[in-house]
Amino acid sequence: MTGWASFVAMVAAGLALLFGLPMVFDLFGLLQMTVFVAMAVLALSQGFIWGYGGVMSFGQTAFFGLGGYTYAVAVLNMGDSTVPVLLSVLVPTLFAALLGYFMFYGRISDAYIGVITLTVTVILFNVVNSTAGDFYTIGNAALGGFNGMPSVPPLNVPGDPSSPLDPEQTWYAAMGALILVYVLLRMILASRFGRVVVAIRENETRAQLLGYDTRLYKLVVFAIGGGIAGLGGCLYTNWGSFISPTVFGLAASAQVLIYVLVGGLGTLLGPILGAFGIQYLISLIGTQEAVNANLVLGAILVVFVLLVPQGVVPVVRGLFRRVPNGRRGRVAEAAVVEP
Amino acid sequence: MHEFRLSRRGLLQSGATLAGGALAAPLVARHAMAADTIKVGSLLDLSGPIGSSGQAMHATIQLAVAELNASGGLLGRQIELVNYDTQSTIQLYSQYAQQLALKDKVAVVHGGITSASREAIRPVFDRYATLYFYNVLYEGGVCDRDCFCTGTTPAQTVNKLVPYALDTWGKKAYIIAADYNYGQITAKWMGKYVRDGGGTVQATEFFPLDVTEFAATISKIQQAGPSVVLSALVGSNHTAFYRQWAAAGMKGKIPIASTTFGLVNEIATIAPSESDGVVTSYGYYEELSTPASTAFTQAVRAKFGNDLPYISELAAATYEGFKLWAEGVKKAGSLDRMKVTEALETGLAVDGPSGKVTIDHATHHVVRNAYLAKAADRKWEVFKSYPDQAPADTAAVCDLIKDPKMSKQFVIDVKT
Amino acid sequence: MALTGLILFNVANSIAVLVLLSLGLGVIYGMMKIINLAHGEFLMLGAYTTVVSTNAGLNLWVAMLIAAPVAVGLFGLLVERLFIRFLYGRMIDTMLATWGLSLAVIGLITTIFGNTVRGVAAPFGGFAIGGYQTSLYSLFVIAVAAVMAAGLWLVLRFTRFGLIVRATMQNPNMAAALGAPPPQIYMVTFALGSALAGLAGGVLAPVSGVSPVMGSAFIARAFITVLGGGPAIVTGTGLASTLFGGISEVATFLTTPVFGQVALLLAALIMIRILPQGITGRLLRRSL
Repeated sequence: MTGWASFVAMVAAGLALLFGLPMVFDLFGLLQMTVFVAMAVLALSQGFIWGYGGVMSFGQTAFFGLGGYTYAVAVLNMGDSTVPVLLSVLVPTLFAALLGYFMFYGRISDAYIGVITLTVTVILFNVVNSTAGDFYTIGNAALGGFNGMPSVPPLNVPGDPSSPLDPEQTWYAAMGALILVYVLLRMILASRFGRVVVAIRENETRAQLLGYDTRLYKLVVFAIGGGIAGLGGCLYTNWGSFISPTVFGLAASAQVLIYVLVGGLGTLLGPILGAFGIQYLISLIGTQEAVNANLVLGAILVVFVLLVPQGVVPVVRGLFRRVPNGRRGRVAEAAVVEP
Repeated sequence: MHEFRLSRRGLLQSGATLAGGALAAPLVARHAMAADTIKVGSLLDLSGPIGSSGQAMHATIQLAVAELNASGGLLGRQIELVNYDTQSTIQLYSQYAQQLALKDKVAVVHGGITSASREAIRPVFDRYATLYFYNVLYEGGVCDRDCFCTGTTPAQTVNKLVPYALDTWGKKAYIIAADYNYGQITAKWMGKYVRDGGGTVQATEFFPLDVTEFAATISKIQQAGPSVVLSALVGSNHTAFYRQWAAAGMKGKIPIASTTFGLVNEIATIAPSESDGVVTSYGYYEELSTPASTAFTQAVRAKFGNDLPYISELAAATYEGFKLWAEGVKKAGSLDRMKVTEALETGLAVDGPSGKVTIDHATHHVVRNAYLAKAADRKWEVFKSYPDQAPADTAAVCDLIKDPKMSKQFVIDVKT
Repeated sequence: MALTGLILFNVANSIAVLVLLSLGLGVIYGMMKIINLAHGEFLMLGAYTTVVSTNAGLNLWVAMLIAAPVAVGLFGLLVERLFIRFLYGRMIDTMLATWGLSLAVIGLITTIFGNTVRGVAAPFGGFAIGGYQTSLYSLFVIAVAAVMAAGLWLVLRFTRFGLIVRATMQNPNMAAALGAPPPQIYMVTFALGSALAGLAGGVLAPVSGVSPVMGSAFIARAFITVLGGGPAIVTGTGLASTLFGGISEVATFLTTPVFGQVALLLAALIMIRILPQGITGRLLRRSL
């Protein structure tokens, strides 16, 4: 099966879900799928920069939250949602570029990139947390501190703020955005740029010796990841009409890593499936009282790291291919550029 | 390529079956009950950092439902409690709120603990026309006809605590509070009541929720030399303040009055040598010795045992919130949201463990008793009570009689 | 004058707390290049061991100084045998596995003990510096931190065990060839780091809010201190604790607790930018 065929099939499957789910699901089901999709977009951004760019960000939620807040502030001031959506991608992209410049041009090692991204998201959490009160108002939008920003206007038909999207239309927008992001990332990875990015992940020194400015490539990957995470945040804010600083929290950052790891590092399908599966599981856990949620999530993470380090998608793919998978670890497995 | 779709679908299905098999037991039990039960939703954090606050609330709403069912239910139907553990996660609050409103189609939802969780779910219930009760003491200001708030607000408790502190210990106050909305707004109210009482605020300090070291602050407080420390610290990390305060030998030197201490079992978790003498003001204490209170605590302890955390105002207000709703339904003779709301707005009252609790039409808050108590040997000694306190803070900004379409939380401008 | 003395005492206390919080993490990171994200939960387990065994009637000092490190050290040993040993050389994977472990431990402790537990009070009481009251227990905390750091240094520097450990750190293959199998060294090191975390948790239990989620308030600070310290375990952790502890304490006293935290994080960011390998990555490289 060629990459091209799998690409077409994936998009077809996505479109089938896009138009099929509203016929199968009731309103609640559709709403739930909408938030899962928002988290899947976030997972894609993490999967892209980690699985392909080799950049280990522990704070991808910083860009997710920034996107959500940007959308909320902008839409409360502008009324029409078109520009706010663009801003919710643009602002996190620029922020990621700035942070990336600081990290990659400072030649900071991988572990420290983890620490810095983690620290940034913690700082954002603390900053936004202490913005209660009238002083922290941007135009019409009060940031609201820990309590967050309620009643954020939903997306509307572009150019017409008086016709907001209903939940079903929001589903089309969210799932459509997920498909677009997927297509975009596939195109990037198939391009010359994408191949260099993967080459850098495989062996940064070799790529440097071949004359590539690896800092610049990593920076661009990180910025793209930031923008996608921002879009996820925008979708998330839309789904609940609400955003609060907990999106910056450590628990949220941890979950995104779990999605990617469980689904499959070095794939694009993996993070999406991971996001859906884990979210569904977490939602189920809260409806019962027998098992503690942390216990289950923690156990899943440990088991996957130890027993299925490549994640579900590569393993399933390997089974179908019937290729003996003797190589241990994810890095070797992830070398293949595929969905 | 079909293999991918196969694997995806297979994965979702097998995941669903697996999870279903493992976790469906309580669900099945719940949904297998008679179809004509009345469903009541409950959204509380039972795990995660805020889980310690939710435990006792979860217990008392179960008790209230069980008691009502034992006495024949409502409108001749039994009540079925649908409760979800929100795991201290705002996203799950929104998700389960949609589930309760759209899928379970509950008659009413009781729940939410932090103000952030309330503000996340309140719009969901507005949008999908579901009645909502928030049963937690908070900073005040919610003005929404589809929502009832049954906990105390600063005018009911802080306004008792601060004057008592000023009269008893002196006029110089040092305020320490958690660095988020509740702490900041409560600190403003504390400052206002201090000045109203002719006192001065020497300093106001805010602490992020993950601060665990208080040595510098304890030094600063001594440097300022206040006659009382007013505390609105929140969460288990902040209980370290009381422990380090005692370890520094400050206990007994400068008294502490708090608007939060003891709400979440602190009285049992830290030693008497650290907690004795702290004064608080709430709408309810487990030690309250009225017959209604004694009967209530005995029933809770009989059902849930002595391991259940302290039965604070959170737990009592949850119980009373449910009873208020039940009375509303009885009076309306219907589950319809507007009819129940209108019935409640007639100034409906119930006698709960804390005393008489009356709905205030204009604010959708409650008129209820407030108490002052002092910690002594892992117990609260209630030494003063203030009957029928009105939610005057919210009333200053909110009039739902005049403006029933209002639906927002005011940040009350605390005039000094 | 008394105020200066008090501030210096508080700074010393703040440094001691950071040393306690990070030394266990530092041992594991320094020797094995493993970042144990469950370190906060190891501290929490130490605190729980102290609190639970004291409530069960054990002497506080025995609970704090013996039971806590032994229990958490054994737990660390178990964790190393069950999970960590399969993940050597895979740094990111160990971070993820220990993150998972931390969630699971929080869940487990919540399931067993509930969300709250009865704590123990700090012994001793206060003493005065000039006109200011302060905690005698803090003096004890400072002493424990100093003894812990000095003891670790002595063990690494002068014992046969320390020699083997340092050799394994520098060149595992050579050490193995000379008859010191790295797997065993790693196992002992991980248990030692866990025991230090347990001891720290035990000692801090009387002055902390003990709950299943308390670890998360500590982990970020410990993490930053260890990475800021660089490869030399004792010297690096000590220097980084002094720098960060001093900055945050003085900033908190002069301004607000919020700014104290911000100052700590900013100091860490700037330092990582200037010294990407940590303090002892460039300075004092031959230290321990």
